[in-house]
Amino acid sequence: MRSNQEAFREGMKDGVPIGLGYFAVAFALGVAARDAGLSPVQGFIASILCLASAGEYAGFTVIAAASPMFEMVLITLIINARYLLMSTAVSQKLSEKIRPVHRFGVAYFITDEIFAIEMWQKGNLNPFYTYGAGTVAAPLWAIGTALGILVGNLMPVRLVSALSVALFGMFLAVIIPPARKDRIILVLVIISFAASFAASRLPYLNLLSTGNRIILLTILLSACAAILFPHPEEEDEEPLEQNV
Amino acid sequence: MSKNINLYILVMFAVTYLIRALPVTLIRRKIRSPFLRSFLYYVPYVTLAVMTFPAIIESTQTPVSGILALAAGILAAWFGRSLLQVASLCCVVVLISEFFII
Repeated sequence: MRSNQEAFREGMKDGVPIGLGYFAVAFALGVAARDAGLSPVQGFIASILCLASAGEYAGFTVIAAASPMFEMVLITLIINARYLLMSTAVSQKLSEKIRPVHRFGVAYFITDEIFAIEMWQKGNLNPFYTYGAGTVAAPLWAIGTALGILVGNLMPVRLVSALSVALFGMFLAVIIPPARKDRIILVLVIISFAASFAASRLPYLNLLSTGNRIILLTILLSACAAILFPHPEEEDEEPLEQNV
Repeated sequence: MSKNINLYILVMFAVTYLIRALPVTLIRRKIRSPFLRSFLYYVPYVTLAVMTFPAIIESTQTPVSGILALAAGILAAWFGRSLLQVASLCCVVVLISEFFII
């Protein structure tokens, strides 16, 4: 078992690509925040508290429209509902003996990207790994939002376009190596790509928000895979193998 | 108005954090059900794959550079490149290809 300090440092290292990707995306988010009337400080606070791209974007549109507060509750719930699934997966990744305070701490940093690198860890998740990644990534997200509000339209389009794929590159680095080793995962990833593409184009399904499509497909495909190919039971098994 | 915005932000934060905190704080034991365990085992792969495609080709200036980045990222990850290497390669591929395309 690594020391907490080592885990923290490891997390900071893996947090760098996440932070860079966040920074670019946050710029775009900042523009939406400015349209909603947020000051740079408010944008910083909203982002450091929420750490949610689609969720915040939707929230800012609610603010811009000055919609009733229950709409903010509803939209935030729907768009961020996928975190319920991720949080459940993380619950199985933590040691049963861990101090409860760490569960509240780890929960704060459940984002698509930090979730990805958490699942990438061998064995149980050390909360300090998450804190390390969050310490790097979260401020960049918040600063990016604030800068986006200040000067979002000055960033070269080419750069925004290039940086925006950093996060997807990370997702690939997490899912592809296990897919190479395990044919079931390989097929599942290919089917997920295809289904996601189809769902974004098909009538009715494409009316769903991106967040809801992710939830629907995740539940559907994971359940099918679990029924067809039950994963062998092992007590100390890690959900994702680390690629070393 | 500005005070009102702060209230919106607070509500947004409260809801977002509750969603993240409820499962991980309430489920403190290992789930025993083989179905649920298998289900949760597959969740990260499916959810990350679904989030990657087709979003990657919609986030760039042209779909072509997104597809090139996707292909480069898959190849690099397949051959065991690190998180940072795969992520930066994807960015570089988009930057270079868009110089030629646009």
